[in-house]
Amino acid sequence: MKLTRSQWFKVVVALAVVLAVSACGKKKAAPPPPPPPPSAPAPTASLTANPNALNAGQATTLIWKTDYATSVTIDQLGKVDPSGSSTVTPTESTTYHLLAKNDSGTQEATARVTVMPAPAPPPAVTSDETQAQMFAQNMKDVFFDYDSYDVTQQYQQVLAADARFLKQHPNMKFTVEGHCDERGSTEYNLALGDNRANSTKQALVSLGISGDRIRTISYGKEKPFCTESTEACWAQNRRAHFVYQR
Amino acid sequence: MKRYMAIQLTLFLLFAITGAFAQDWIRTGTGLGVEKIRLAAPDFKQVTTDSGTQNLAMTFNTTLSNDLQSAGIFDMVSRSFYPLSVPGAPQEVHLSDWGSPPPSANMLAFGNLGVQAGSLNVQGWLYDTKNPQSPQVLGKQYREAATDENARLVAHRFADEIIFRLGGGIHGIAETKLYFVSSRSGTKEIWQMDYDGANQKQLTHLGDIALSPHVSPDGSRVAFSGVTKDGWQILMYSLELGRLVNFTRFGGDNYSPAWSSDGQNIAFSSSRSGNTEIYTVSSSGGNAHRLTENKGPDVSPTWNPKTNAQIAWVSGRTGLPQIYTMASDGTNVGRATDQGYAVSPSWSPNGQFLAFAWVRHYGPGAPGASDIYVMDIASKQWVQLTHDGGRNDFPSWSPDGRHIVFQSNRTGKVQIWSMLADGSETRQLTTAGENSQPNWSFK
Repeated sequence: MKLTRSQWFKVVVALAVVLAVSACGKKKAAPPPPPPPPSAPAPTASLTANPNALNAGQATTLIWKTDYATSVTIDQLGKVDPSGSSTVTPTESTTYHLLAKNDSGTQEATARVTVMPAPAPPPAVTSDETQAQMFAQNMKDVFFDYDSYDVTQQYQQVLAADARFLKQHPNMKFTVEGHCDERGSTEYNLALGDNRANSTKQALVSLGISGDRIRTISYGKEKPFCTESTEACWAQNRRAHFVYQR
Repeated sequence: MKRYMAIQLTLFLLFAITGAFAQDWIRTGTGLGVEKIRLAAPDFKQVTTDSGTQNLAMTFNTTLSNDLQSAGIFDMVSRSFYPLSVPGAPQEVHLSDWGSPPPSANMLAFGNLGVQAGSLNVQGWLYDTKNPQSPQVLGKQYREAATDENARLVAHRFADEIIFRLGGGIHGIAETKLYFVSSRSGTKEIWQMDYDGANQKQLTHLGDIALSPHVSPDGSRVAFSGVTKDGWQILMYSLELGRLVNFTRFGGDNYSPAWSSDGQNIAFSSSRSGNTEIYTVSSSGGNAHRLTENKGPDVSPTWNPKTNAQIAWVSGRTGLPQIYTMASDGTNVGRATDQGYAVSPSWSPNGQFLAFAWVRHYGPGAPGASDIYVMDIASKQWVQLTHDGGRNDFPSWSPDGRHIVFQSNRTGKVQIWSMLADGSETRQLTTAGENSQPNWSFK
């Protein structure tokens, strides 16, 4: 049977009416929305790493604690208990990211672990450049009072930390540069800078660092770190500065 | 401790301490109590008239006039007092015009110059106006290739002849050289110039830091301190070869070299023992001796050039740096200054005086300037020579003992200045870049 044009039209209209009526009818029939579930407090979370700075190859412990969370994940570890700890051995500096979730929200916590490049038992692995960087990061300079070459109590402690670093890296050799502020005379400042470099060297030697590893040179007032004529600047220039020796 | 005094510098550079003044800011005078010789020195006559001659004549006349003025022993007659006709040869001289007022000259220097076949010919005379019977004190003739440099050289020579005759037999300094540090090339290098600031010339090209040049007494080598791969070392520049020559290297840092006046030894500061100490070494680099032994910095030695038996130097053994003296074997240590910040000693050619830089009133609330002082070593009495502000340092005596060259930042930048040994007649010798640590040649 072939439908005429008017028959087609009736079919289409009838279908449309059925569709429209059924849609309207369904809407009218919908039940009221269910009451929301009893609202839980938003989750809380904390994440710490102990220690948060270490050398490559060393381990650190991540400790986290959450409340009210139904789901706790740490990016690098996956799903974890709501509270707990885990030992990790990152190979490079890492920011650990914890996400605690429940139905009423999410809470993040992060912990940064700084990883120093590994000390260089295999010298092929660690370049001279990173050695120098590590040296520069760890060896803190010694600052002096005006016209003085005595290492004060404060800087004895700095040198003690320097000496610990040097003991961990027994192959490092370095130069102690003696510097002076711009006041005073060129030649006398050279001598004063030498005395600063040498008193710093002696202090390291008395802390157990071999003198064979240490060279000294004075730059007097010839190579200032800071060039303004202020006490703040002069204080910067009265120093014994450590330079890694390649 | 404050001393009030005046120092009289006689023609023969004998100081006499004469009583008390009410202040220590005084001008001492060269030849006080001895009348300075009144000298007229009109421009030399040109016997050829081309423009080349004119330029050389200008150089010659300016240089001669400068040399005589800065010698410190003449009262130069003002040009406005000159008679209208200026002599170029003996037959043109009317002595009475020069010897009577207004010029009232005691001495007349005159002459002529010309250029012939590429050579500069100069004739010069010195006449005593008070002795008309036999007025000639000096008659000189010079012939050099006609260059500007030679015009200066001939003027220096003629000036030195006059100064030698009239200055008590002490040789003039017009042909002497100054060695110094300049940063104008970008790094601190050793430079050379004439005593009046002309002919500035770079000697070293280390490209790092070169300091403290000291020329040998025979003028053949310049010892200085330079940064090398072995730290600071005493380096040696040959003026004859125009290059660095080998010198013994020592451990530690080594700097501030000083020649004994016989050229046999060099004193310097070395940290090879772990402390900076004064050492002496032969001029060939051997036979090193340590002279000092104490904890503080020891630096900047200078020999007594009269005897070479004593050395003055700077020591920080009691705190702030002071000037000390000792025998050249390290015995008989004595302290010269007793306060402030005293550095950079230079021993006078006659052995009597130390010139040095001193911040006399040193300490909180006393922002004293660093000035140049001269101390009579026997009496430890001193006189302040610079009063014009800035930081003045590194005095060095001229070989005639009448002048001192030094560095000063009084104009903002560190430059080299000269003055008479009484503090008068200051002249700025350098302007390009920063220039420091001048050292006056021995001859």
